[in-house]
Amino acid sequence: MTPQTLTSPAQLDALRKRLIERRQGNKTIVTICAGTGCLACGCEAVANAFREELKEGRLESIVELRLTGCHGFCERGPLVVIHPDEIFYQKVKPRDVKLIVDQTIKGGKLVNKLLYKDPQTKQVIPHEREIPFYKKQMRLIFGKNGHMDPTAIGDYIVLGGYSALPKALRMTPEQLIEEIKKSGLRGRGGGGFPTGKKWASCRKAKGEPKYVICNADEGDPGAFMNRSLLEGNPHSVIEGMIIGAYAIGSHDGYVYVRNEYPLAVTNLSVAIKAAREHGLLGKNILGSGFDFDIEVSRGGGAFVCGESTALMASLEGKIGEPRAKYIHTVDAGLWDKPSTLNNVETWANVPLIIEKGADWFASIGTDSSKGTKIFALTGKVNNTGLVEVPMGITLREVIYDIGGGCPSGKRFKAVQTGGPSGGALVVETRDEAVHESLVAHGDVREDEYAQSLLDLPVDFDELAKAGSMMGSGGMIVMDQDSCMVDVAKYFINFLQDESCGKCLPCREGLRTMLTILTRISEGRGEMADIDTLEELSQVIMDTSLCQLGGSAPNPVLSTLRYFRQEYIAHIKDKRCPAGVCKELVSHAIDETCTGCHVCSDPCPTNAILGKTKELHVIDQSKCIQCGACYQVCRFNSIQRVKRGEGDAVQARAKQLWKPHVTPRETAAVA
Amino acid sequence: MSAVMTNHHSLDQIVGGIVSHYEAKPTALIMVLQDVQKQFRYLPVEALKLVAQKMNLPIAQIYGVATFYKTFSLKPKGKHHICVCTGTACHVRQAPVIVDNLERSLGIKAGETTRDGEISFETVNCLGACALGPLVTMDDKYHGNMTVAKLNKALDDLRGVRPAHTPLEEEA
Repeated sequence: MTPQTLTSPAQLDALRKRLIERRQGNKTIVTICAGTGCLACGCEAVANAFREELKEGRLESIVELRLTGCHGFCERGPLVVIHPDEIFYQKVKPRDVKLIVDQTIKGGKLVNKLLYKDPQTKQVIPHEREIPFYKKQMRLIFGKNGHMDPTAIGDYIVLGGYSALPKALRMTPEQLIEEIKKSGLRGRGGGGFPTGKKWASCRKAKGEPKYVICNADEGDPGAFMNRSLLEGNPHSVIEGMIIGAYAIGSHDGYVYVRNEYPLAVTNLSVAIKAAREHGLLGKNILGSGFDFDIEVSRGGGAFVCGESTALMASLEGKIGEPRAKYIHTVDAGLWDKPSTLNNVETWANVPLIIEKGADWFASIGTDSSKGTKIFALTGKVNNTGLVEVPMGITLREVIYDIGGGCPSGKRFKAVQTGGPSGGALVVETRDEAVHESLVAHGDVREDEYAQSLLDLPVDFDELAKAGSMMGSGGMIVMDQDSCMVDVAKYFINFLQDESCGKCLPCREGLRTMLTILTRISEGRGEMADIDTLEELSQVIMDTSLCQLGGSAPNPVLSTLRYFRQEYIAHIKDKRCPAGVCKELVSHAIDETCTGCHVCSDPCPTNAILGKTKELHVIDQSKCIQCGACYQVCRFNSIQRVKRGEGDAVQARAKQLWKPHVTPRETAAVA
Repeated sequence: MSAVMTNHHSLDQIVGGIVSHYEAKPTALIMVLQDVQKQFRYLPVEALKLVAQKMNLPIAQIYGVATFYKTFSLKPKGKHHICVCTGTACHVRQAPVIVDNLERSLGIKAGETTRDGEISFETVNCLGACALGPLVTMDDKYHGNMTVAKLNKALDDLRGVRPAHTPLEEEA
């Protein structure tokens, strides 16, 4: 079918009607998640198996196979959902496909072994919407992802896509800006600046042409919601940008996207081309007389380019150094012209607000933060993936109800939000060790317990008040195995590496902080180092040119605040309580060893000795503390103890160890 | 979209093709360099000079951009490319253990290429598939939930597909 150029809203409606009519019928639809997570788990092989199986069974005319964008539950991939019944199959292998086709598609029965089983209640849950991971979510932005092929503009139109655009084009730009202001939408990139206000300033700014820019340089480690949106629903971002451009009076748009996201680049480019062919981009959009087009620009991989002025420099083909913002980018941004830069998720919210109205949008969330926010829930949590929740939900609900808590029964320690620059920690302040640190820090009295920060509502201002921040939406959960000195060192190392080097406090200050943190993590620190870290942090925050430096010391300050005792343990006792800092740790095998040999194979120095089904021992003189054995042991038998204490642990293990009788042997004896 | 080339073309033609694909627009400099790098697996100095000439930009600006962004390499890269994600989510799931092991088994540090020119290995700050950490990509194929045992197997697979000998090895 050659695409038809739509020259009026009526033609768009007619097209939508035709597409919907063509889809009606009793077709079974098999959707397979083809987001990056599921692709990595092998969803392509599953899709191929479906193609073959459907062809063989001559089912192609009654069953439609659709490769969709990310469903969010990456932990359980590859995901297959059978519509209209919404039967949710997880961890599907190519060999399972025949079973699904025979039993579910032909026979109408469920394949039990592929259904989701609640780890806590052991209950089997057949439908996507009833799974706890999805139940508490409010998938306004992400909802369409699982239902459409991102490369098919028709799928988006059928689901109501591009219906906000004609509505917006009928309004005046001023009315449109007023509507966005009324909705209370705030920037989803981390800053939380009111979007309507930004648009209004840019509209008023003198100078032509004006630019709209989509920031898809998602450099924050631990955040990938923008990637999934661009990969899974690029048209929602395009529609948002067209509406924004109309409001501001711009005719040129740019999407600055990371080159590390090849699928996002491809899907976005395909979507832009289709929108152009349909008359939704280009000259005289839908016969309104408004012109607008979008260009895709691939970034070069520099974290600092997420900063607005650095991003614009990079768009101009220069090195991505930020500039001081005495003059805002809405007045003089790209090529010194008025520019509006919004994040991917912010743009995707725009069509929704126009379609359903500002009042509807403003009814979701808290007083100061409206709508939903997408979080990337990762790290030491059972259900990793992307979750979209209404503002105002508590972190406890996100981590425990949706995320299912920490795996292997380990103790929750902290959750890091806001990416490295601004990366603050939210901790369980009722935890004993944290309480001790807070008392030492002078935050609370010894007999008074602080309110648990996990019960804070997710809200721009509430989080900021508690010394944390919303950020772009990375939520990295850490458990008892994470060392906070190591975490601080990790972030400072990341930031000093990514510092563009333009201003001195960030370039030299962070490097010095890294030297000190490295010293502490290697057991060579002094108590005075803590004071130096705090002093340096203050100077860097006060004097850096941009927010990369301005917020860089946050991880150090927040770990010092909540986990000061861990720093002191490293400095005074030469001990890493979490057993992470290599120089302070010895690996040892305790009496729970089953002699299964799994640990000795990956050992690079052959330091693990022991016969099968007998207690294994780590030769302390050979061990290089690489942690390979700790990673593979299924019985938690490898202990990470204070350096030098490994032999003592193993000597005790030798006394206590008993041969393990496995169930199979018992059966054989009986 | 990268311009498609064949080996028969001269450096001048290849660079010229890429530059004209982007209509020599100065905004496209980063993408031009990305496409040049895709052709040669690094940015040869001669190519940079040609880019400067054809885009009418000072060589200093080209050099500045080529050394500022992480994507670019002025040194040749290996035939196979391994990338370990060291983003926060991967870090707390023991990505450093993977990096250590890779450095040991390849005998090179992150950012270097093996002497036979076969494998380059580098770390990257985040690949955006955090739910699968620790994550390693080998020639753009994603390997999630990486362990040392899986790593060794994947390395064997990668080495297995290499040709019996390479000119570089013969020299050595």
